[in-house]
Amino acid sequence: MAPKLPPQPPLQHSTTAVADGQSHGHAAPPKGIFRWLLTTNHKEIGSLYLIFSLTMFFIGGIFALVVRAELFQPGLQLVEPEFFNQMTTMHGLIMVFGAVMPAFTGLANWMIPLQIGAPDMALPRLNNFSFWLLPVSFTLLLSTLLMPGGGPNFGWTFYAPLSTNFAPPSTTFFILALHIAGISSILGAINIIATILNMRAPGMRLMDMPLFVWTWLITAFLLIAVMPVLAGVITMMLMDINFGTSFFDAAGGGDPVLFQHLFWFFGHPEVYIMILPAFGIVSAIIPTFARKPLFGYASMVYATAAIALLSFLVWAHHMFIVGLPLVAELFFMYSTMLIAVPTGVKVFNWVTTLFRGSISFESPMLFALAFVVLFTIGGFSGLMLAIAPADFQYHDTYFVVAHFHYVLVPGAIFAIMAGVYYWLPKWTGHYPNEKLAQWHFWFSIIGVNLTFFPMHFAGLAGMPRRIPDYALQFADFNLLSSIGAFFFGASQLLFVLGVILCVRGGKKAPAKAWEGAEDLEWTVPSPAPLHTFETPPVFHRTSH
Amino acid sequence: MDSQEQARVGVRRTVIRTIAVLIGMFGFAFALVPLYDVFCSITGINGKVDATAKSVVHEEVDESRYINVQFITRGSPGLPWQMSVEMRQMSVHPGQMAEVDFTFTNNSSSESWGRAVPSVSPSTATTHLRKISCFCFQEQQLQGNERLTIPLVFQLARDLPDDINTITLVYTLYPIEHVIQNAALDNTLKSSANNELINDPINNLSNTPKNNKAAGEAI
Repeated sequence: MAPKLPPQPPLQHSTTAVADGQSHGHAAPPKGIFRWLLTTNHKEIGSLYLIFSLTMFFIGGIFALVVRAELFQPGLQLVEPEFFNQMTTMHGLIMVFGAVMPAFTGLANWMIPLQIGAPDMALPRLNNFSFWLLPVSFTLLLSTLLMPGGGPNFGWTFYAPLSTNFAPPSTTFFILALHIAGISSILGAINIIATILNMRAPGMRLMDMPLFVWTWLITAFLLIAVMPVLAGVITMMLMDINFGTSFFDAAGGGDPVLFQHLFWFFGHPEVYIMILPAFGIVSAIIPTFARKPLFGYASMVYATAAIALLSFLVWAHHMFIVGLPLVAELFFMYSTMLIAVPTGVKVFNWVTTLFRGSISFESPMLFALAFVVLFTIGGFSGLMLAIAPADFQYHDTYFVVAHFHYVLVPGAIFAIMAGVYYWLPKWTGHYPNEKLAQWHFWFSIIGVNLTFFPMHFAGLAGMPRRIPDYALQFADFNLLSSIGAFFFGASQLLFVLGVILCVRGGKKAPAKAWEGAEDLEWTVPSPAPLHTFETPPVFHRTSH
Repeated sequence: MDSQEQARVGVRRTVIRTIAVLIGMFGFAFALVPLYDVFCSITGINGKVDATAKSVVHEEVDESRYINVQFITRGSPGLPWQMSVEMRQMSVHPGQMAEVDFTFTNNSSSESWGRAVPSVSPSTATTHLRKISCFCFQEQQLQGNERLTIPLVFQLARDLPDDINTITLVYTLYPIEHVIQNAALDNTLKSSANNELINDPINNLSNTPKNNKAAGEAI
């Protein structure tokens, strides 16, 4: 890119609209669908992301319920095994790439400019583009279910050669969909980094930023580092399938194990991409409702960075049984266990923030506290899996399923819901119905534990994952899990109801909607007007 | 508007840098493919034996140790062949040369090409298994209903780690696609010009590396 390009009119227009918007009024937004198709406003795009993510959460959830319905009792009752495999695969793909990641990006879009005192994201048009890639990508992905041979059926990890030599013909569409979703994430990450590094309110240093901003900055760097690797892997798959190369085919000199190395080099940082922003949300909510500043702000930042760096050194703990040499097993085992240290620092800091706090238990706080407890359980089962010799036993059993659902459902998803309940007053100007939110919380927490806790036992007893039928001794655990899954799924309708009611009305919220909330977003009115911080706010350093 | 100008320059700089990282990481993913091959061929940890013939090392046979060498053969869909081995396992001393016969049978009536790809377990033994002659160095062609017996000649290096008592050698048969077949054929024809003894597997060693490369790279 040449450094001295003549200023291009559209670029100039969009940046001035961002930069010196205070001097002229904003053009009336287009009406109807075009308002949403063409919007460059970070709040509207944030809302689009969140609505998209919620839709995907329900679609992925329905797939999960198909799986759980089939597993309700032993034997094959409802679906063909081939379709069962498509359901497990699609559930994973949709939840990871369609629900959790866009939800965090949506929260980032809404909250990062508000929390750092910026008028909008740095690249508003790119922001619009990165959102609208998502519906395209996931329409394509979902359409593979209707294609001859069905959709992807090789698990969300799409190990070669299952996903190359033995894959359905629709796999090429799956690859394209994943490419598009990947580009969307990458563009979102570029935008977030550019915003955080360049558009903070005057006087706000990096170490003054709220932790949600910090965790997202680190997450965005992870995205920039690993999404291209994912793109590379699926490009190799594409070439193996369609152009006769042999990256992963032993017959032509390739190696299927290479696929797993490449995939998990992306995949392990990816799991932190799905949890670091959750740490940020919880680090905002706990101090608010404990009415104390966060304990150990700097150590939180360093712990997040340490987790991100370590995430590049642990990928092969997903592959302990491929036949790694002993020295590699030991290296990956110890480096994985090392991650427990910065994570422990975080949990310690949250607990210490609560210590002697003046705590109240509104719905955001309930979800945040549940996050701390249940995420820690998921972390401990992760430590068990990190022990290489134990993993030989646990690998590909329901214990693994229990582990990652504990870190993703009461981990990432609960944090997202906590964030939504926390910031809904800022978005809509109304408090969510607290009674409804509390019911939602208690149903969710019962549902989550009923669904996933028995999976630990099923897994330790030897039940393999990704199978539509199972031996009789696992029947009771599966029955409980299935009942819990339907209970949890149904109780999420309360969440939708709560959000809709909150958008339509409710108790009016003041600018500072929560008594103990300190960050910049609580200085703008509730609901936040379409354009905020057109003149940069004066940032007063608090007591981090 | 100084600070806004500054922010704009900053955004542009950030975007250029992140895109540079992106391109770098995309390239890195592809660079990992040859790096992985190099790493594995040095360490042998993916169990892939060097697909070139080794010369016999005349060293003293270590009669104090017996190593149990097991052979496993596997077919694969798309190739109507059967591969069998004369004995499932044998005991050898490190340093001793051993020979075992493998038999390929084409169960269909049409000619086809296949290739047996080896894998050694435990992977730490890989670099200590020296193959003097192996059918796995090149593709095999079988006429309809043909049966072909080819010996594997190997030697275990004397520096085989002490903790290894059993070595398992797995051969998986893979069909060779038409495109590759032609490339391999071309190569065979070229090398047969230099080497009249093409049909004798043991004497065929000098040109096998080239043939072998063709399978991996013709694509």
